[in-house]
Amino acid sequence: MLAVGVVGAGVAVVTMRNIIHSAVAMMVCFGSLAGMYALLGAPIVAAAQVLIYLGAISVLILFAIMLTQAGDATIPAPYHRQMPVAIVVALGITGLVLWAVIQTDWAAAAEVAGATVDAIATALFTVYALPFEIISLLLLVAIIGAIYLARRPEEDERAG
Amino acid sequence: MPTLEGYLVVSALLFGIGAFGFMARRNAILMLISIELMFNAVNLSLVAFNAFVPNDSNTGAVFGLMIMAVAAAEVTVGLALVIAIIRTRQTAEVDQYSDLRE
Repeated sequence: MLAVGVVGAGVAVVTMRNIIHSAVAMMVCFGSLAGMYALLGAPIVAAAQVLIYLGAISVLILFAIMLTQAGDATIPAPYHRQMPVAIVVALGITGLVLWAVIQTDWAAAAEVAGATVDAIATALFTVYALPFEIISLLLLVAIIGAIYLARRPEEDERAG
Repeated sequence: MPTLEGYLVVSALLFGIGAFGFMARRNAILMLISIELMFNAVNLSLVAFNAFVPNDSNTGAVFGLMIMAVAAAEVTVGLALVIAIIRTRQTAEVDQYSDLRE
């Protein structure tokens, strides 16, 4: 069920003509993924998926679409001229990964061991403390960079 | 009970869809959305491996969370760049960004 939601919404994202429809399909896709994370016994990842992707990134993308598309967001010719190549390459990648998945014997991996909030928190602040700190620095840099890039040039002149 | 293969197949399909969207669409924002799809595909496979392979410190789930943070940073900067480009070029079509060729 959820897999159908993920793949179907994913196909809708890349084939829709109206870019706002694509963004809504993307939200459906991310929501189904959150359900899959919950099924996989990782409730904190599911919660983060809902907060970050459904809450933050989707709203950010919808805002960007509304800021940039004046009026009708339907595009007459949505595809690049390299689409045939894109189909071949995408099918190649997918086929290769699927072949690897099917060829491998996954018999050893059969149990679902839940990743509880406790366990993840302990791992995050002990074993992975350094990556955690680096991520916080990266987010700070991204915030500053985004503000700098999205600033209007005339504000610059007024300040200087 | 879903198997590890099932999750990995979904992940591979989603990655392929994202790769196709990135290469075939002409809208810059849609290319960013496709990148997000690929991020999510990899995230799904990491969390699935974490759930099915016995391990001590939940590496897959922790790195899933970290990839989400990196993806948030990436989409913030990416959208800021796209908005800045659209403001100067008045179009979101990547075909039109051909200044260096002319």
